[in-house]
Amino acid sequence: MKKKRPLSVAVLGATSGMGRAIARRLAKRGDHVFVLGVDRNELERTAADLGVYAGTKVAWAECDLLRPETFGPALAAADRALGGIDTVVVTAALFATQDALENDAALTARLLTADFTNTVLFCEEAKRMLLAGGGGTLCVFSSVAGDRGRKPVILYGASKAGLTRYLEGLDHKHHADGLRVITVKPGFVKTGMTAGLKPPPFAGEPDDVAARVVKAIDRGEAEVYAPAAWRGVMGVIKGMPRFVMRRVGF
Amino acid sequence: MRDSEPQVLGWGRLGVPGHEVRSTNLERLSETAVLSRGLGRSYGDSSLPPPGVHEVVSTTLADRLLAFDPSTGILRAEAGTSLFALNRLFLERGFFVPVTPGTQFVTLGGMVASDVHGKEHHVRGCFGEHVTELRMRVADGRVVTCSDTENADLFRATIGGMGLTGHILEVSVRMLRIRTPWIQQRSVRVDDLDAFLAALKEHAGRYPYTVGWIDCLTRGAHMGRGILMAGDWATPGEAPTRFPDPHPRVTLPFELPSALLGGRTLGKLSVGAFNELFFRRHIPRVREGFVHWESFFYPLDVVREWNRMYGPRGFTQYQCVLPESAGPSAARRVLEILTRSGSASFLCVIKDCGPEGKGMLSFPMKGISIALDIPVRDDTQSVVDALNEQVIREGGRIYLTKDGFTRADHFRAMEPRLPAFLEVRRKWDPSGKIRSAQSVRLFGDRR
Repeated sequence: MKKKRPLSVAVLGATSGMGRAIARRLAKRGDHVFVLGVDRNELERTAADLGVYAGTKVAWAECDLLRPETFGPALAAADRALGGIDTVVVTAALFATQDALENDAALTARLLTADFTNTVLFCEEAKRMLLAGGGGTLCVFSSVAGDRGRKPVILYGASKAGLTRYLEGLDHKHHADGLRVITVKPGFVKTGMTAGLKPPPFAGEPDDVAARVVKAIDRGEAEVYAPAAWRGVMGVIKGMPRFVMRRVGF
Repeated sequence: MRDSEPQVLGWGRLGVPGHEVRSTNLERLSETAVLSRGLGRSYGDSSLPPPGVHEVVSTTLADRLLAFDPSTGILRAEAGTSLFALNRLFLERGFFVPVTPGTQFVTLGGMVASDVHGKEHHVRGCFGEHVTELRMRVADGRVVTCSDTENADLFRATIGGMGLTGHILEVSVRMLRIRTPWIQQRSVRVDDLDAFLAALKEHAGRYPYTVGWIDCLTRGAHMGRGILMAGDWATPGEAPTRFPDPHPRVTLPFELPSALLGGRTLGKLSVGAFNELFFRRHIPRVREGFVHWESFFYPLDVVREWNRMYGPRGFTQYQCVLPESAGPSAARRVLEILTRSGSASFLCVIKDCGPEGKGMLSFPMKGISIALDIPVRDDTQSVVDALNEQVIREGGRIYLTKDGFTRADHFRAMEPRLPAFLEVRRKWDPSGKIRSAQSVRLFGDRR
């Protein structure tokens, strides 16, 4: 493969799960990484970890999906620290089971706000910054849950469906401006977010998803299913008639 | 049956009801927990919660590397860091763990708790000898650091202490600088047990890594025939210049029937055929060459979930160490009990150990260690009992990380060090909060 200029990447959600795995892969191969996340202690530990992977110091800033006022300053801090960013990765999101959400309206409001409204606001901020620099890559984690209205993920899935459409529109509008928008649709992946849920068939490992996503960033692919088997699984589910979806449990 | 109630399993696939709790924030997770476990590679019940407790902390999401100083080689990392991840990162940089067990799918915390040993024991001792500091959550909720100079009693009890002195949060260890990522290997076909012990001794002086695989099914004059493997990191001039590619891996997708390997007749046939092939394939008596570090250190890691091979009844591994003072025939006496019982086993691993280390309850002692798989059958308890009685007579002991069957009175008889260990544990955990299924079974902890 041809040797490319190292990327300058801000990762919102690098403190855990797939964000951590992606940031590590980028850091290890020599890209410049900046960590965005919520908890100071987690941020410090994650930056130290990425520093060992990178063999150089990695910096961080606080950025909370529930507080949109943190978005601008956090991205600006990343931009300053890396001397301009060309890639923004968003893996952060809230998750709760459908049962938990149905029994807690405040939790539902929080999840819908974080996973749709605020994620979009963050992307708007990132988009402006990337376009000002002449383009770049905006890689955002949506979910297979947004592909079809399904009983176990009605609310979470709805927020991800909205996010997927937003990212699709962004790609259509700004592709010619040099902005690559990547929509990642992970299936079930064994991370802290899904700890406690029983893994279905085709459950993935964070590092395998990360390998796939890094490849998509390098190639500027618009849509990624990971693990890959989920593209087929969702293809079947999307094709199912309503009377079937009403009967099945997934 | 298995799906109806969630279970926490040991590597031998015997489990207890319960589930793992996981978080990237191990410090918070460990506040109230009774036990932590890593990747669950201990064979018996040492990583299983005690009766009545249904939760065990899994450290695997706490896997961050916190600092590495290439000038000293000292790495500080969270306890859930896997050896697999360390190898992938550090071999390229010319470092390797100072001591490695036979699988990469273990965590740093687990390596400390088991005080793992390996092919290098005769020169480098156990993993704990190279640990410089531990950060722990102890039973009263405090987070403390311990080392040779700070809380030294806790340090020595935790190394090889099976996770029973508190939750290990962070491990600092001095990594080993290596010349190249290739192994220069020498393997020798050996015809019987006495020759084997002599060959181990002879190679120990020349190679930092040695181990033997012996066929435990053959009786009589050829008892203990097998292959000795010795190796060292290749020097830059002789090694291949490319970096060794990662090994492909396959997963054993389902359980094989238990009778295939564990059955009295079928087991003997299939395992016997395998052992025969393994021995006969080594046609020249001595072979030398450069091999991939993964095939040298972790031959079984190629097949993920190989433990399913023994079927739904599961298996145990029996590992004991026999002191040098018991003489070279001690190993023969233990192996004879095995061959007589007909507990078919694949190759048995034999290794000469160096002196005892600093861990208060660490397994190795100067002598010979023997390890082999035993598929679970109706008579497994009596086979283990008979082996243990012999080991007690020889003045040896067993490895807790492998054990799921030893009786408490046998364990006490082979562990004069236990009272001193329990005293340190009582000091740090007066109410006896931190415990496991194994500590209830063997140490008399409350249920």
